[in-house]
Amino acid sequence: MLRACLRGANATARKNYRRIPLTSLQQCRHYTAGEGSSASKVVVAGLLTVSGGIGGTVLYAKWDRLCLCVCVFSLEECNECHEHKEATAVHPAPTEPMKERPVEEVAARLAQQEQEEQDISASVSASLEDSLASSAKATLQAIGAQEAALQAIMQHTDKLKEAMEAEVLPEEKSNQWKDLEAALADRTTALNDARAALSKANESLDSLRSVIDESKGLKISSVRPLVLAAEENLHNMVVDLDKMVMKCFCVLAGKLSTDDLNALIAHAHRRIDQLNRELAEQKVREKIHIDAALEQQKLEDQKALDSAVNTALQHVKEEARLDQERKLAELREVMEAEMRTQLRRQAAAHTDHVQDVLKVQEHELKAEAEQVLSSKMLEQETRYRQLTQEQLDNFTLDMNTAYARLKGVEEAIDSHVVAEDEARKAHQLWLSVEALSYSLKTAEADVPTVPLENAAQAVRDSCRDNDFALALASALPEKSLQRGVYSEASLRARFNSLRSLARRVALIDESRNSLYQYFLSYLQAALLFEKRQEAPPSQLSSEDLDPFKLLSYASYCLEHGDLELAAKLVNQLRGEARRVVEDWLIEARLTLETRQVVNLLSAYANAVGLGTTQAP
Amino acid sequence: MSEKELGKKWDRCLADGAIKLGTGLGLGIVFSVLFFKRHTWPISLGSGAGLGMAYANCQNNLRSHYMLHRGDKQRGSTQC
Repeated sequence: MLRACLRGANATARKNYRRIPLTSLQQCRHYTAGEGSSASKVVVAGLLTVSGGIGGTVLYAKWDRLCLCVCVFSLEECNECHEHKEATAVHPAPTEPMKERPVEEVAARLAQQEQEEQDISASVSASLEDSLASSAKATLQAIGAQEAALQAIMQHTDKLKEAMEAEVLPEEKSNQWKDLEAALADRTTALNDARAALSKANESLDSLRSVIDESKGLKISSVRPLVLAAEENLHNMVVDLDKMVMKCFCVLAGKLSTDDLNALIAHAHRRIDQLNRELAEQKVREKIHIDAALEQQKLEDQKALDSAVNTALQHVKEEARLDQERKLAELREVMEAEMRTQLRRQAAAHTDHVQDVLKVQEHELKAEAEQVLSSKMLEQETRYRQLTQEQLDNFTLDMNTAYARLKGVEEAIDSHVVAEDEARKAHQLWLSVEALSYSLKTAEADVPTVPLENAAQAVRDSCRDNDFALALASALPEKSLQRGVYSEASLRARFNSLRSLARRVALIDESRNSLYQYFLSYLQAALLFEKRQEAPPSQLSSEDLDPFKLLSYASYCLEHGDLELAAKLVNQLRGEARRVVEDWLIEARLTLETRQVVNLLSAYANAVGLGTTQAP
Repeated sequence: MSEKELGKKWDRCLADGAIKLGTGLGLGIVFSVLFFKRHTWPISLGSGAGLGMAYANCQNNLRSHYMLHRGDKQRGSTQC
């Protein structure tokens, strides 16, 4: 049925298309000349080939169901086709080596098939509905457009009739003709719209048809009613559309009868005559005007010519200038571009060259720098070595000088120490000698000094390595060391007592020592008076050896502190007087000796002390 | 002390004289009483003898230093 519809549609289309070109061509011929026939031929030929192709395809598909599947339907349905084919292929030989399917499997397969069918039917229905809706919309649109076209055509024909039949002024005629032209334009646009809408509707109808064919091809029973409904709808729509199209074309085609045509031709002729008349009048008027104006024009022409020429010249000049400038600009641009490229090239070359040169320079400079560096380094090293050597030498020099100085200082210190030692020893010696001399003074009346042993020992200790002092210290008389010595005062006192005794025994000696002599001597002592003290002469004569004189000399000496001389004088006594003063003499000698030694020691200590003592 | 020697000598002299005199006197008295019928000549003899002895003794004593003894010949040179 679909195919029937298709064929019918095609036929109608063909018919319509065949008919329409003729009438439209007629119309067209009225306005535009000589283009329609070839175009219509081309269109017709195209349509024929297309329809022939489609028909052939359909026939072949009918012959080969597989091809139809492949050509028209989806893969699913193709698979199903395959399946169907397999099924049909397999079914005739169920007793083949292939096992018969079990019941459950078959049932399952059937259920599955049913499910599939249901799904497919649902989808198909949905698609059908969609396509139906779209096609309906398109069809309605097309119908509307056709209606509009129809209206436009009617308007146009009316206007045309009006224009043709009405006898009005030429200006109005021209207006009328202008309106007519507008109406014609409207009509053409409306027709185009209608055609477009029609094509759209046809497209949608075709799609719907294809969908219907697809669903038909599925061979599912549940789908059939939907498909049938859709087909009915489609048919209805197609019919409506065709009706409208036909109406439109009928209107287009049969709008003008022969009378109308004759009227149109007559009118046209009339119009032509009118126009010719007008044209003739116009021509005459024109000629007059032209002659009149020509003269003026000639005059003005001359004027205008110049100005025009000038302006033209100017314009040309300007144009030429602009052209030139443009050309210049273009050229400049081109030149610039070229220059840029050249410069770029040059820059590139330059950079390459510079890079090369730089590399070379770098190498050279590096080599130079390295050389300089190495030389500088060498210099620095030598200088450093020199400096270190110098420093070392200086240091050794300094060290040596320091060492020498240190040695000198040490020696000085040692000598100083030695000197100080000497000084200390001298001090000690002096101190001990002072102590000794002090201890000499400890003698009181009739009491000898303390034994000088300690002091002498101290002196001896303090002059261990001094031979002189040691000799001196050991020259001290033993008695003084053990017992001490008497002081001068005590000796003086003793002498005073001795003197009287010595006077009394002045006459007694070895030869005269009887008792009678003693008596005489005592008498002499009682009767003789001599000076208590008499200064002794520097040289003793023989008469000075008188004991009394001697004693007075000795007294004088003692009184004047000259124990030595006194002792010397007393030493001159002879006889018993001598024996009497012997002890005193010994004591005096002791004292004198000790004092002499001590004086010597003191002098020596002083000398040594003076030598070694440094002012603080 | 050498100066005190003389004094010591004189003391001894006097003491000795006194003793001798006394002894002589005593002996004389004794002898006179005992042997010589209280004549005074033994007393005076005795005292005189005593005194003389004392005198001689004193003198000797005083001279003793100047007298060389037999034993001193050897030490005579050393002594002075």
